[in-house]
Amino acid sequence: MDAPYFLELFLGGLTRGSIYALIALGYTMVYGIIELINFAHGEIYMIGAFTALIAASVLNMMGVNEAAVILLAVSLAVVYACAYGFTVEKIAYKPLRRAPRLSALISAIGMSLFLQNYVLLAQTSDYLPFPSLIPDFAFWEPYAHIIGSTEMVILATTAVIMVLLTFLIRFTRVGKAMRATAQDKTMAALVGVDVNQVISVTFIVGSATAAVGGVLIASHIGQINFYIGFLAGIKAFVAAVLGGIGSIPGAVLGGLVLGCAESVFAGTVSSDYEDVFAFVFLVLVLIFRPSGLLGRPETKKA
Amino acid sequence: MKELSKALLVSLWFMFLTFPILVIRVNTVENTVEWRWRNMLMVGAAAFALHIVWGRMLARGQRRQTGAGRKTPGGIAPGHRLSRFRRFGPAGILLLTAGLAALPFFSSLYQVNILITAMIYIMLGLGLNIVVGLAGLLNLGYVAFYAVGAYSYALLHLHYGLNFWLALPLGASLAALAGIALGYPVLRLRGDYLAIVTLAFGEIIRLVLENWSGFSFGPSGIADIPRPPLFGISMSLEASTVFFYFLMLLMVTLTVFVVTRLQHSRIGRAWVALREDEIACQAMGIDTTRIKLAAFALGATWAGLGGVLFASRTTFINPACFTIWESMLILCIVVLGGMGSIIGVVVGALFLILLPEYLRAFSEYRVLLFGLLLVLMMIFRPGGLLPDRRRTYHFKGETG
Repeated sequence: MDAPYFLELFLGGLTRGSIYALIALGYTMVYGIIELINFAHGEIYMIGAFTALIAASVLNMMGVNEAAVILLAVSLAVVYACAYGFTVEKIAYKPLRRAPRLSALISAIGMSLFLQNYVLLAQTSDYLPFPSLIPDFAFWEPYAHIIGSTEMVILATTAVIMVLLTFLIRFTRVGKAMRATAQDKTMAALVGVDVNQVISVTFIVGSATAAVGGVLIASHIGQINFYIGFLAGIKAFVAAVLGGIGSIPGAVLGGLVLGCAESVFAGTVSSDYEDVFAFVFLVLVLIFRPSGLLGRPETKKA
Repeated sequence: MKELSKALLVSLWFMFLTFPILVIRVNTVENTVEWRWRNMLMVGAAAFALHIVWGRMLARGQRRQTGAGRKTPGGIAPGHRLSRFRRFGPAGILLLTAGLAALPFFSSLYQVNILITAMIYIMLGLGLNIVVGLAGLLNLGYVAFYAVGAYSYALLHLHYGLNFWLALPLGASLAALAGIALGYPVLRLRGDYLAIVTLAFGEIIRLVLENWSGFSFGPSGIADIPRPPLFGISMSLEASTVFFYFLMLLMVTLTVFVVTRLQHSRIGRAWVALREDEIACQAMGIDTTRIKLAAFALGATWAGLGGVLFASRTTFINPACFTIWESMLILCIVVLGGMGSIIGVVVGALFLILLPEYLRAFSEYRVLLFGLLLVLMMIFRPGGLLPDRRRTYHFKGETG
């Protein structure tokens, strides 16, 4: 048990954790506004990764230059993930906004099953090799033994997105409307907030971050299939709950903590039980601190 | 005209949406691209038609909720509707029983096998119905209890040579204990958290079974589990299948009987109260902790029974039999049939198990359609195909 090994585990955990954080943001934002666990969120992430893969392959074959391929693939992934997020909300959740919560949850589960199998049937059930979109930077060479350039890009992108998102929510008009809707939908509507529009925007922003996470992790791991959304979705949910669902900094913190804990567990105890660890972690958090690290304790409404 | 142009927009939107996934297929090994433009046209046409139907259905649903909800539908007092099944009468039930009992002597072994599968799922559906339908606790890890039942028979037989008839109650009790073990810590959680924790629980059980080879023999599973014996008479495969059919018929009858009695008992009504409003339920003096645990334990009991039956029927089990899809399928059965409705769950199970068997061509699309079904049911018919009828009491005489 030497220090470099732990440093390696820790940095690997941070990389993994930032992906969880990117996906967790979507959960937490949606939950904050309509109090629904968006089960299909993991699938949005998966669709983002698939779109990037397809776009990158087609563009590569057409002989477009490398930088343009990265840029186009990522932006297409984001655009399509947003479109899917938006459409899923309109079809599966909007008609159920006044229905019991159980109905909306079951509808979300159905949507998740549907999207998984849609990709399975339209594409393939095999693992597809994902091109490494992020090149090895020459200037990073001296430090590459500590942390690879892909990991570096993942960490940097996550940080940038967090800052942008904080800015969006704190200082823009849409952000203000989002916070108002999260507090009280009826009241927000009364003061002139278009609640439907705010909910759509929330889904779109959440889907965009999930797509970025999808592209980053896929190019890090190097392969994807239709099922990657399930596990990533659950783990990101654990991260969101750990940080305190509804809280945006909480989602980031939760993601990083979960990523590091998982990485250290896998590196020192057993990698077979890595997923079990994440699930047990979830159960323990929900039992002992259901409001999460940064969440406010919930007051029950009558 | 406005509607048509909107439908056109929607269809264009869906053509855009499904373009990369449905139209392009890349082969990353040979570096070739396959363009499937036909899919795009199909999506466009389907979206155009569906948008029109969708709008009409949503509007109708809203009208029903606001307008028609106030007056008594159909002029029959809701209380009288309950008795409709009774009118079906003993003669009808007798006829149904006779028909089911005679079935294995007329039809092929294949049919009997399919019916056995369907009946196992009826049991599982009715068990899950206690937890989800009556008590309103969304349990997504139901398959874990099914696995507990199956593995307890397989392992106890393997190590101690336990007989099927002893394993049946034992597997059920072990599953019930697992239900309490899961239920106890998660009692305080709200609906959606509960769903996630039960889902995690189901996955934990499966992953442990897969990785702990010393205990469960890992992914290779356990083979040569004996079929249920009958007083030591040795039976051919055919005879033992027919015997199993009758055993299942008995078990399903027993399940329906017990669940019906439970539903109308004090605890059953307490569950419904819990489902409708937890706070009001507590205020009425119901011990919510106890009834929640009871719901988990009783639901798990049926899963355990189902598990033992499943193991003895297939004679081979491995962790792949107990994936999350099984939980989802059982949930589909309950949702389709109607949460809380016993006859609904029976019909739902028959529908969802038998239909894919006979429509083999659609088997690829099974899970896709299940997902769609869950969404559509929740939007258009949240009560299921045969919704549960609320027991109501009517006072005749002066009104107001």
